[in-house]
Amino acid sequence: MSKLLLIIKREYLAKVRNKSFVVMTFLSPILMVGMVVLIAYLTKVNDSEKRIIGILNNSDYFSNDFNTTESMSFVRFKGISLESAKDSTENMGYSGILFIPKAVNLEEVAKNSFFYSKGAPSTVVIDKLESVFKERLRQRRLQEMEVSTTDLAALDSHFEINTASFSGEQNLKGINEIKAFIGGGFGYLIMMFIIIYGGFVMRSVIEEKTSRIIEVIISSVKPFQLMLGKIIGTSLAGITQFAIWIVSASFLLFLALAIFDIEPNTINPGQELLSGAADNLAPPIPSANETMMLYTQELFNIPWLMLLSFFLVYFVLGYLIYSSIYAAIGAAVDNETDTQQFIFPIILPLMLAIYVGFFSVFGNPHGPIAVGFSLFPLTSPIVMMMRLPGGIGEGGVPIWQLLASIVLLIGTFIGIVWLAAKIYRVGILMYGKKPSYRELFKWLKY
Amino acid sequence: MNTILVTNEVSKDFGTFKALDKISLEIPKNSIYGLLGPNGAGKTTLIRIINQITYPDSGTVYFDGEKLKPEHIALIGYLPEERGLYKSMKVGEQVLYLAQLKGLTKTEAKKRLKYWFDRLDIGDWWNKKIQELSKGMAQKIQFIVTVLHEPKLLIFDEPFSGFDPINANLIKDEIIHLKEKGASIIFSTHRMESVEELCEHIALIHKAEKILDGKLSDIKRAYKNNSFHIGMTTTKGEELLKEISEKFSLSASHYNQIEAQLNITVQMHSEDSSELLTYLSSKANVNRFEEKIPSVSEIFIQTVQSKGKS
Repeated sequence: MSKLLLIIKREYLAKVRNKSFVVMTFLSPILMVGMVVLIAYLTKVNDSEKRIIGILNNSDYFSNDFNTTESMSFVRFKGISLESAKDSTENMGYSGILFIPKAVNLEEVAKNSFFYSKGAPSTVVIDKLESVFKERLRQRRLQEMEVSTTDLAALDSHFEINTASFSGEQNLKGINEIKAFIGGGFGYLIMMFIIIYGGFVMRSVIEEKTSRIIEVIISSVKPFQLMLGKIIGTSLAGITQFAIWIVSASFLLFLALAIFDIEPNTINPGQELLSGAADNLAPPIPSANETMMLYTQELFNIPWLMLLSFFLVYFVLGYLIYSSIYAAIGAAVDNETDTQQFIFPIILPLMLAIYVGFFSVFGNPHGPIAVGFSLFPLTSPIVMMMRLPGGIGEGGVPIWQLLASIVLLIGTFIGIVWLAAKIYRVGILMYGKKPSYRELFKWLKY
Repeated sequence: MNTILVTNEVSKDFGTFKALDKISLEIPKNSIYGLLGPNGAGKTTLIRIINQITYPDSGTVYFDGEKLKPEHIALIGYLPEERGLYKSMKVGEQVLYLAQLKGLTKTEAKKRLKYWFDRLDIGDWWNKKIQELSKGMAQKIQFIVTVLHEPKLLIFDEPFSGFDPINANLIKDEIIHLKEKGASIIFSTHRMESVEELCEHIALIHKAEKILDGKLSDIKRAYKNNSFHIGMTTTKGEELLKEISEKFSLSASHYNQIEAQLNITVQMHSEDSSELLTYLSSKANVNRFEEKIPSVSEIFIQTVQSKGKS
């Protein structure tokens, strides 16, 4: 036991003191926050550009329809020809000129209106102009049909079907996606951690092999102890790094936002998703605020404690399974370039889990695909995490599935670690050969 | 109990490949035991079994009278042929780490390290990284790692590879010194001249089988074939040569007329050479007379080749 602690300590220190690790730890948050701030800043700059548009209106309509907004203002020309209007637009550096001709009726006017600009017009401008025309045409038709605006408002109904679970609990549509998104975040975290730190474990094994210290060490400790110590030590270093990243990134982000005076909303993807989900459901929600409240409430209702505890279970088991495979690969090869053929089959289930999660679990968290992948041990840590925010038991993940998934995961964990330890034990003493899968299989019998 | 290690019919297969076939060895205490054999003979596998890195398929190993068990690890020091150290770790930390894995406490390890650093003339390397050292220096550190926990049994696999002649000698002296202090040593090598110099017992392993073992002097005696080298001063070399060849079986001869030196090799039927010596000294002035003792290298090649044929 004390030997295991010694190994863990050495692996941890070796990793933490490594220069590139230190640089990555402190540079990554800066880079990440820098990117976010840059994107937000550029978006802001882009949006704050004010467009000026000239209007040459020869018709009897549209005299009061084009109103200056935050991003657009209008300059009206009177009594000049289209050509000179174009000229002055260009000279003034305006974005373009809208020409509204004189015609018999509104339809004709609209039909023959033109927007001239130097280059291709911005979609923002076109959208704005089109909406003004649309609104005008609509009102005109309503008048012809003798419908008053109040009648229209009465007509304009909004309908959304109410959904509830069998137990009568009211459901919010779209909340599934939000929950899956939160679970997806956890799943993604697990995947990233496995890929980054599994790779570290593998490289560390290869380093011991190429530096030929391995035989000196395993004449003192059992290969399994060494493998376990390596995996735990590296993971602790990884957790340290992740913690530093999260703390420093949030701090930096907060700082940067304060300095650059950027609204957090512009960069908060969760917010976008929320409003996005809301948009999809009901375009003109009259009680948008109320719905938002419901969503927020629902978010608070997500069983965070349960979620976090299962995250720990799935994270630890999933990570141990994958990192012991990484360790076995490191033991089997002599240098990093030989690892490719073995790494792909590891990444595959991880990628599959993420994609299946995003495409299938989001839409139908309890469908057959979602259930299957959340039971299969190589994908379950990620996929189950995406399903779990919906709760356990009724309306959520059935308890038997959760239990089955964990039992399968533990079984696989024991099996894989056992296999990996065997390959590791033989592999670390094999030099100069690039093994095939057949050979690895043979090693199991040694 | 006069043996430190006994292997009893130890066998090990790797798939269909037989690495060790019923190897039985008795390694005496307080001596240097040479484990010889061509590449791939199974020496390293045997050593790994002794170190409990791998386990035999059948057969047992006894360490100091007890069946080999994990606690014995701390009593064995092993310098593998494929050896190295963490390149980017500092010398001091590294040696302390490895010593602690062998069960030494940190303070004890530090104390002993100081002794060895002084002894092998390793001064201010404590804070240097291995990658900054020369290969020979790194080898010295490895030697220290092997012996630091003062094991009862030391196993050196090709200990001199990577050393320049001066440092190789230094290490050789240290090995002898360790033996004098009571350690038992297994010495695996291809360098036959060092076997000749150091080992009291040897075992020869070839293609997974033990083909020869015993006291080196006994083996040598068994392998000599009553052949004698003789040098004489004579001016009548050719005539003498003719006379000798009539009485004895000559296997080689060379006559240098200018220096009046005749060198011959005579094959006798028995160990008794008095007849030959009496005869020759009556004929000429004998200035050299010695029995041809086979070197370990010759024994090695002879046995391996004869095994290869059969």
